[in-house]
Amino acid sequence: MERAHQYALSGYLIALADDELILGHRDSEWTGHAPILEEDIAFANLALDEIGHAKLWYELAADLLGEDKVTYPDKLVYFREPAQFRNMQLVELPKGDWAFSTLRQYLFDAFEALRLEALSQSSYTPLAEIAARIRTEELYHLRHSQAWVPRLGLGTEESHARMQAALDALWPYAQGLAASLPGEQDLHAAGIVPSSAGLFERWSGEVSQFLVEAGLQVELRSPLADIDRNSHSEHLPALIHDLQSVARLDPEATW
Amino acid sequence: MYGADVEQIAIQLNEDPQKLADFEARIARGEKIEPGDWMPAEYRRQLIRMISQHAHSEVVGMLPEGAWITKAPSLRRKLILLAKVQDEAGHGQYLYHAAETLGATREEMLDALLDGKAKYSSIFNYHTTTWADNGAIGWLVDGAAILNQTMLARCSYGPYSRAMVRICMEENFHRKQGQEMIILYSQGTPTQRAMVQDAITRWWWPTLMMFGPHDADSPNSGVLIRWGIKTRTNDELRQDFINQLVPDLQACGIVLPDPDLHYDEATGNWRTGAIDWDEFWAVLKGNGPANAERMAARRQAHADGHWVREAAAAYAVKNQNQ
Repeated sequence: MERAHQYALSGYLIALADDELILGHRDSEWTGHAPILEEDIAFANLALDEIGHAKLWYELAADLLGEDKVTYPDKLVYFREPAQFRNMQLVELPKGDWAFSTLRQYLFDAFEALRLEALSQSSYTPLAEIAARIRTEELYHLRHSQAWVPRLGLGTEESHARMQAALDALWPYAQGLAASLPGEQDLHAAGIVPSSAGLFERWSGEVSQFLVEAGLQVELRSPLADIDRNSHSEHLPALIHDLQSVARLDPEATW
Repeated sequence: MYGADVEQIAIQLNEDPQKLADFEARIARGEKIEPGDWMPAEYRRQLIRMISQHAHSEVVGMLPEGAWITKAPSLRRKLILLAKVQDEAGHGQYLYHAAETLGATREEMLDALLDGKAKYSSIFNYHTTTWADNGAIGWLVDGAAILNQTMLARCSYGPYSRAMVRICMEENFHRKQGQEMIILYSQGTPTQRAMVQDAITRWWWPTLMMFGPHDADSPNSGVLIRWGIKTRTNDELRQDFINQLVPDLQACGIVLPDPDLHYDEATGNWRTGAIDWDEFWAVLKGNGPANAERMAARRQAHADGHWVREAAAAYAVKNQNQ
């Protein structure tokens, strides 16, 4: 791979990894507090997988940059400033109620299924291999989060109202899925990664139909201009502060 | 045929002496008692009490460590801790199912917990105040639990015994990760060494209390041992734990918070000073440092989840009718 592509791809992967890390962080906040014990298990498992996937992407980024695969991921997670994270705002929003968390998970999983399908066809083999591996786990996530959408959308009046409120809150942020990742244009031209805008179109059609079938109203807004990965809500600094609090007590220590 | 003591117990418990004698003979032969089999009502009652208490301990036990998942200081530690707390939820689930085989429902058991009628392990009513507490919980608390659970894996009730076999395998990983953390930090930076010393100082005595009161003050032990639910006493298990842990912790340079701790040449046992049973009973009765907080967290999760459970049930009914 060309040097310029190597560098671009590392930035792209770190952004993907940041999405997984931050979503996994939010999912993990349910551990011990879910509505039923089976969902404590399921959400802890989602968190485990998401954070595990983040680790895989950070390691591949380390490889591309010639950094140490063992120490570099932790350096990225624990010693970057909040403004240096490249996750989308959708994943950093507080976990909210069960409707909010499960619906966010569904919206994200449905997009990820498409992205991973495309990445597993990448012309860069190490990327294609990891994407194929992650995809098998992500299909379980999608199955799980997808099952909750009609259950809550059509369950009771209260669950319907909560789902609609969650959708209204999440939908503008979900438009951020259409935004390009760092380095995407060049990498897409080289057949290494898919176009986010292209995936978004498919996602939007599939997801809208599914939500409508679950009794929810989808407002078709155009993508919001300021939802790119360089801007964050006030929730991210608080999250990062919590995430890094122990590691930064003693930066020299091996934890 | 049955002995006079069987007859006496049968009268006390209002059970058929022949059935009771046959039941005890099965246990004596090392057979497992299975859900549909005849059993004395007291055996069923004691098992439901123990198994549900054990399940509640797993579920409440998610809270003290769960609070540190978001703060774990490396990706590796984070993945380990998440997997561990997830295992605890899974153990709670197996155990509720094991109790269900005796006729208890999960709803009843949860209500008993939330109403404050059912107990759970006193150890989870202590706060986790630093990251190193997760290491102390793994090595000490899970280590103590394994001793008790290894015994219960041989218990006479089949479903409980099988659940324990599986749980013990996972608990061994939990103990190992805690041990690895404590050993590493005890050789680490001054911050880490201080953190580890502080964690062990706080968790040592509460862990010794986990084994329960001294045998003389343990009201349920007699019948539990007679029917093969427990095969060893609280004091025997506690002594095994002390003998295992003291040399290992001392080898890490950790000072145990007990000026009377000494090695007894004659018996080959480590002897500790007196356990503060007032503290134990206070924590058990709800007055430990974190009782109120733990129960508030469980009640909150249960209340917040009410509309979700209601919706899932309503949706299931609608789907059935279609």
